[in-house]
Amino acid sequence: MTAKETIASATNGETHAAPSSPAARAALDFGKAWTYAPAPEAADHVRIDPRYELFIGGKWVAPSSGKYFETVSPSTEQKLAEVAEANERDVDLAVKAARVAYEKYWSKLSGIERGKYVYRIARVIQEKARELAIVETMDGGKPIKESRDVDLPLVAAHFFYYAGWADKLAYAFPGRSPRPLGVAGQVIPWNFPLLMAAWKLAPALAAGNTCVLKPAETTPLTALLLAKIIEECDLPPGVVNIVTGAGATGAALVAHPDVDKVAFTGSTDVGKRIQKALSGTKKKLTLELGGKAANIVFADAPLDQAVEGIISGIFFNQGHVCCAGSRLLVEEGAFEPLLQKLRDRMQTLRVGDPLDKNTDVGAINSKMQLDKIRELVEAGEREGASRFSTPCELPARGYWFAPTLFTGVSQSHRIAREEIFGPVLAVMTFRTPDEAIEKANNTMYGLSAGVWTDKGSKSFWVSQRLRAGVVWANTYNKFDPSSPFGGYKESGFGREGGRQGLLPYLEVD
Amino acid sequence: MLVGGQFVRSESGRYIQVADPMSLGGTKENVPWASRKDVRDAVVVARGAWEGWSGRTAYNRGQILYRLAEMLEARQGELARALERGGLEASRAAAETAAAIDRVVSYAGWADKYQSLFSSLNPVAGPHFNFTVPESMGVVGVVAPARPALLGLLGAVLPIITAGNTVLVLASEADPRTALVLGEALATSDLPGGVINVLTGRAAELLPHLAKHMEVAALDLHEVTPELARKAEEAAIVNVKRVRTRSIDEAAWFDAESATSPRWIERFVEMKTIWHPSGV
Repeated sequence: MTAKETIASATNGETHAAPSSPAARAALDFGKAWTYAPAPEAADHVRIDPRYELFIGGKWVAPSSGKYFETVSPSTEQKLAEVAEANERDVDLAVKAARVAYEKYWSKLSGIERGKYVYRIARVIQEKARELAIVETMDGGKPIKESRDVDLPLVAAHFFYYAGWADKLAYAFPGRSPRPLGVAGQVIPWNFPLLMAAWKLAPALAAGNTCVLKPAETTPLTALLLAKIIEECDLPPGVVNIVTGAGATGAALVAHPDVDKVAFTGSTDVGKRIQKALSGTKKKLTLELGGKAANIVFADAPLDQAVEGIISGIFFNQGHVCCAGSRLLVEEGAFEPLLQKLRDRMQTLRVGDPLDKNTDVGAINSKMQLDKIRELVEAGEREGASRFSTPCELPARGYWFAPTLFTGVSQSHRIAREEIFGPVLAVMTFRTPDEAIEKANNTMYGLSAGVWTDKGSKSFWVSQRLRAGVVWANTYNKFDPSSPFGGYKESGFGREGGRQGLLPYLEVD
Repeated sequence: MLVGGQFVRSESGRYIQVADPMSLGGTKENVPWASRKDVRDAVVVARGAWEGWSGRTAYNRGQILYRLAEMLEARQGELARALERGGLEASRAAAETAAAIDRVVSYAGWADKYQSLFSSLNPVAGPHFNFTVPESMGVVGVVAPARPALLGLLGAVLPIITAGNTVLVLASEADPRTALVLGEALATSDLPGGVINVLTGRAAELLPHLAKHMEVAALDLHEVTPELARKAEEAAIVNVKRVRTRSIDEAAWFDAESATSPRWIERFVEMKTIWHPSGV
């Protein structure tokens, strides 16, 4: 028995194959000896229009700028459609439409009637789930198994959940009379385009507000399909408006004087700029910003389950997840066996065509994001951490990055401090629970964290001390509309999901 | 000024003069004029006190707050006199003091109750046990309203410390003396040093520094001018501070039902959601 094997058996009661063992090699070679047959999801029945206009006041209108931009598939670099670029004038029209809709229709409806519209949206999303999942994958690069099995069910669930709140707002805040705020301006990111649209629209509409939503410039298509669904559900004109564009469009929306509430999900940098732009105004603001979550593994943890949690924590959605478990903190005694299991498991991840149902890791969302990941990974190498990337063939076209982990990472390394937003894991170790907490909290972020241990009292002790809005104990990256999500510290403020997610859309004093 | 349970003068040696209507010759009293460094020092102290205060049991925090009410009651006359010297009629000073004591009693009761109102068991669609609990934010910077000087300061600070935060409060500029008399009651109560820190001075001068401080998690601004509020909110982006502003008129502070609403506490908590699988 080697020294490494001894550590393994002492900590989790089972021996684990050392890196050089024939068994481990055979297990990994198996995947290479047998090539998987392609299992592509058919996309021929999905229709993407060559050009999309803006959805304002219940109508599809050409942008006053006259400008359009392309949205491309990050896995093929092929152009999917042209999308209108909204300028200040278009944003102004959208906000006006939302104001009229608020005064004229939406604020006059009873809660139950408002709820019915939101229920209807949920139902139609379920009916069109397949089409939506395929477009989500084509436009954003995420694996179809995730858009189909994670994004879409959650999107529908979100509308269903909040639909039921529409006629029960007074019960959410007993003793108070909650009132809607008016017009909500909402800016969402490219990592979960449709899910973020649902997170923004569902509670806002249920609470009685009207909305102007701006999807990200690299992933506008599913929000535009959602606009068609809203049209189909016959919502009063202007209750939901969708304006596409890049940063300038978002800035115009956020700064519009007639917007009562701004909700933003995205980077901490942009979030701070929005907070600054809104200072001195009476607008309500919620920010869901970046993260650098610690995933803490104690030596007594069920290691095989922890490995699955670490994998889903950092490689889910190519690591384009604000709550990704991007810092792995391992108790020293479990380091060797855990890392061996982790490297082995990483090599079974299939990287490639996101429309293939067997794909685990899809394309990086954009060229810009790929460059950012590369820059940080180079910084990791330069600063002396050891890189391990899975040996896999990446497609010749499109934007790709192999699943990667770094060991020998110190607290001061950029890869331990900055959000990479890609499939890159930084591994560090600790000796005592106090040290784990200290290291986990040593960041400006505070969105999420993970803890893995077999001891219930320890997991509660750790969960109570982690300064993060979401703590996953013995699991990771789980979401549910009934469950509040949001950050501490520079990961932003406000919650989405649950009863707590209604509060940012209501006046409750 | 009260910092960390100790009475301090401004390190700058500056002072502000406050009229003393009870003196015969129309003399004035000197009150410390806090500096930027006083703000920094007090934040460090408040940050140090936060771990202990937020780590106490809710029951214990409630007991300490109730004890504070007892201390205030014992000093009722002294506090009322301070308000009178600040320009209030005797009957109004007495009413404000009585309301302030009631306010403390009310929040003492909230200390172990708001959690059950804000937290939730979330019925997630899957085999998980999932719940959400409120937690404290850290150090909160407060600008107290000018009037009511006593009830306004306590009314602003109580919901914040009840939630487990510690505060640095800039006292009323109209009547800073009452805040310092209150400080004596705070210092001799069971409240751990550093939970409530009181500075006197000029909000317009000190607030921007407080708003910029990386160890301050949130601000609660009462009746600051729009211009100053904008300045503070801009400075607050440095660490994504939670900025709450409230302008209510003097009479509204006496509305016990409104001012002791648990929503006042909810403005200064963070919600933490914890997931755990359930299964055999």
